[in-house]
Amino acid sequence: MATEILTEGLPERQAVHWRPLVDERRLQRTAALWTATTSAHTVPIVAAGAALFAVQPLAVPVSLVSLAHAWVIPELYAHRGANVVRPKPPRAGAEAERVSVGLLGDLIGHEARALHAQTGLVMERAALGVWLIGPAGALLVRPGGRRVHCYCVRVNDPELPSGDRIAHLLLALRTDEHGFATVANLAFSGALWRVRRRLPKVVRPALDTGRAAARAMDRAANG
Amino acid sequence: MSRLIRMDHTGHTTLAEWTADDPEAVEAAVRAFRAELDQGYFGMVSTGEGKAEQVRDLPVDAALVIMRLPISGG
Repeated sequence: MATEILTEGLPERQAVHWRPLVDERRLQRTAALWTATTSAHTVPIVAAGAALFAVQPLAVPVSLVSLAHAWVIPELYAHRGANVVRPKPPRAGAEAERVSVGLLGDLIGHEARALHAQTGLVMERAALGVWLIGPAGALLVRPGGRRVHCYCVRVNDPELPSGDRIAHLLLALRTDEHGFATVANLAFSGALWRVRRRLPKVVRPALDTGRAAARAMDRAANG
Repeated sequence: MSRLIRMDHTGHTTLAEWTADDPEAVEAAVRAFRAELDQGYFGMVSTGEGKAEQVRDLPVDAALVIMRLPISGG
């Protein structure tokens, strides 16, 4: 029996047909836009606080409030990004969770299995960077390990056990990485250290491992 | 022995098992595969480390065929 391989990418892309395909150039543009937006939100507030202090040193409390405001804005963005992989209580039963994790384990290697057991995230090296996949979202650590893109993406059945939900995303990613990043909703793009601070402690080793893998990827690419 | 499985609320369910030299088992697997497609599932096969492909027809020679649901941005 002949097998037809679909070559047009993820079929889910049809649901977001107006979005341009995410590729290396678009990721770089997205990163630059996020940096510019964050700067536009924070630099004027910092400048206003500094100017106020210069004009009236007794207004230092107001200046400090301005600085705190400038600090909090990107932290809130990073918090939203970290939320995409924040662990949530499983809705499925214990047996379904066990079975689903067994299937997921068959799809990934030893390193990824160990990391999933420790953190709940699965690491996958791909062309755009290193992905860390959770049940309802994924982090893309860019080569070099300094920037992370946080994506909200999930299978359309919240009752599935967590291993199956990750396996759905993993198979979609492996089928069409660019399509996967296009279908997913970007929640944050910015400094990895900022996202790391907002992650639960149990998840942080996954980001550390992803950063190390992304740095190795960058070194390999640059000879 | 090849397997067709569906990821579902139980973790996964084995829908069919076959060997290429058993026409009846293959035919049953093909029927099960098409029934899942009709339910909105996609057929997936692994094609090497870090690679997977979507299939529209049951690949009889594949060791494992996984049915998955669509994904979307959250």
